[in-house]
Amino acid sequence: MEVSTELILNALWETIYMVSVSLFFGGIIGIFLGVLLVVTREGHILENRLIYSIVNPIVNIFRSIPFIILLVAIIPFTRLIVGTSIGTTAAIVPLVLHIGPYFSRLVENSLLEVDEGIIEAAKAMGATPLQIIYRFLMPEAFSSLILSLTTATIGLIGATAMAGAIGGGGLGDVAITYGYQRFSSITILVTVVILVVLVQVIQEVGNRLERTARRM
Amino acid sequence: MIEFHQVSKVFESNGNKVEALKNINLTVEKGDIFGVIGFSGAGKSTLIRTVNLLEYPTSGKVIVEGKNLAKLSQYEIREAKKDIGMVFQHFNLLNSKTVFHNVAMPLLLSGYNKKAIENQVYETLRFVGLEEKAKNYPDQLSGGQKQRVGIARALTTNPSILLCDEATSALDPETTKSILNLLKRINEEYNITILMITHEMKVIKEICNRVAVMEDGQIIETGNVYNVFAHPKTDTTRNFVKSVIRDEVPKSVYQLFKEKDHFSRIFKIEFFGADSGQPIVSKTAKIYHVEINVLFGNITELQGIPLGNLIVELIGDNYEIRRAIEFIINKDIEVKEVFEDGSEHRVDIERVVGNDLHG
Repeated sequence: MEVSTELILNALWETIYMVSVSLFFGGIIGIFLGVLLVVTREGHILENRLIYSIVNPIVNIFRSIPFIILLVAIIPFTRLIVGTSIGTTAAIVPLVLHIGPYFSRLVENSLLEVDEGIIEAAKAMGATPLQIIYRFLMPEAFSSLILSLTTATIGLIGATAMAGAIGGGGLGDVAITYGYQRFSSITILVTVVILVVLVQVIQEVGNRLERTARRM
Repeated sequence: MIEFHQVSKVFESNGNKVEALKNINLTVEKGDIFGVIGFSGAGKSTLIRTVNLLEYPTSGKVIVEGKNLAKLSQYEIREAKKDIGMVFQHFNLLNSKTVFHNVAMPLLLSGYNKKAIENQVYETLRFVGLEEKAKNYPDQLSGGQKQRVGIARALTTNPSILLCDEATSALDPETTKSILNLLKRINEEYNITILMITHEMKVIKEICNRVAVMEDGQIIETGNVYNVFAHPKTDTTRNFVKSVIRDEVPKSVYQLFKEKDHFSRIFKIEFFGADSGQPIVSKTAKIYHVEINVLFGNITELQGIPLGNLIVELIGDNYEIRRAIEFIINKDIEVKEVFEDGSEHRVDIERVVGNDLHG
């Protein structure tokens, strides 16, 4: 059976849909957890051993589960959230749980790169902890956060390839079901080329945004 | 006004206790430019940080403008901090924001309206001479300009106290001078009390009126800058004085002992105080039959009072030399005779006479 252009375009759309929606929710979770991991650590503005010792291992646990396992392991939870356990939308739930903790580590790194002197200056000015986060830490880390988000996006594209396991569709699914299982080398080639172009474009956009974000 | 009452600070890490401050008692009066000098690790950084509670004292109290900040609520502490500006060694500016935004930051935190912020920021930038750099970013500025931005940021909330944490230590000597002049202007025009810590004697010498010398978490000497440095009581203080006033006798002087073929004696005349304003050398040469040859001199000014020493060779017969030295000593000036073997002896009148008898 030949692969139609329509099928490819449809799969491309599914990939973009899964990546963007899970990036949105995963991004929010990642920033929230990342900030939490930074500000509750020892000696930081909201030092809290309890919160840190809960969040830190949870993030590690999610990061250590291979995505294909996570995908099937949380099926009941997925059904609870989106009402179904198969299809593109159902794939978004595990994707969010996969990328959120991953992104939180990247956010953590970006925020830790901010010079401690900046925080000291903020404290000396009488800034509240919230003001320190959004007026000092976030703007100073912003360009680095954009690069982190770019990395997370590309990681997500890789993860969506496995979404086929629960009928999520997408380019990766096409490559496996049509290309690999039905021995269509051309399908593999086409999907891989599209993925390569997609990643190149995203990285390029990320790099450009990072450059402009250094100054706001 | 800042008062430290029996302030101690102990840092604990992995069971190790480090006493950074030991029972500090100190008062910084309103309008002072108060310098705290010490080598690194002396505890001066910790000391300045207890003023705006970047460090909480382990015991004792720090009273700032009549308030013990540590006893206030978090909200009151933040409000009180707006009355205390701070300038840092490494500037600590937001690199992602313009000069304007950096200077506006303390006002943004307090929720001022846009118009009020703009007026205040431009006025402060004008004061530090950076008005035209408002739209630049910190990485487009020189070190001195960055520190001016840091100072402007500390001034926007019209504080009554300015804390300077090694504010000039990352700057070259020329820039240091201009920043110190700016701090002096701030002190004079806005009557802001300045507490600065430094390891550089020239900073103290340039602008401070009072000083405390710190060592090993303690204040070992304190007082008026002139008194502390004219009459140092400890080796640490003496070392700092030496960094601006060379105290040792240069080698060339000893060389002279070997080469000279006439009779002369070499003295070190130490000026502490107003007496050095008198043309003591020329006066002596005029009255007594001695030739005075200045070999080496090092005079500096502390708060308008000269301080330093002259190494002079007195040529003539021993009797006249003795009378000349007697004359100088009688002016309450300390004189030490320098000997070929490298020793220095304080000369008093009996000693001069004694030498005379032997000679």
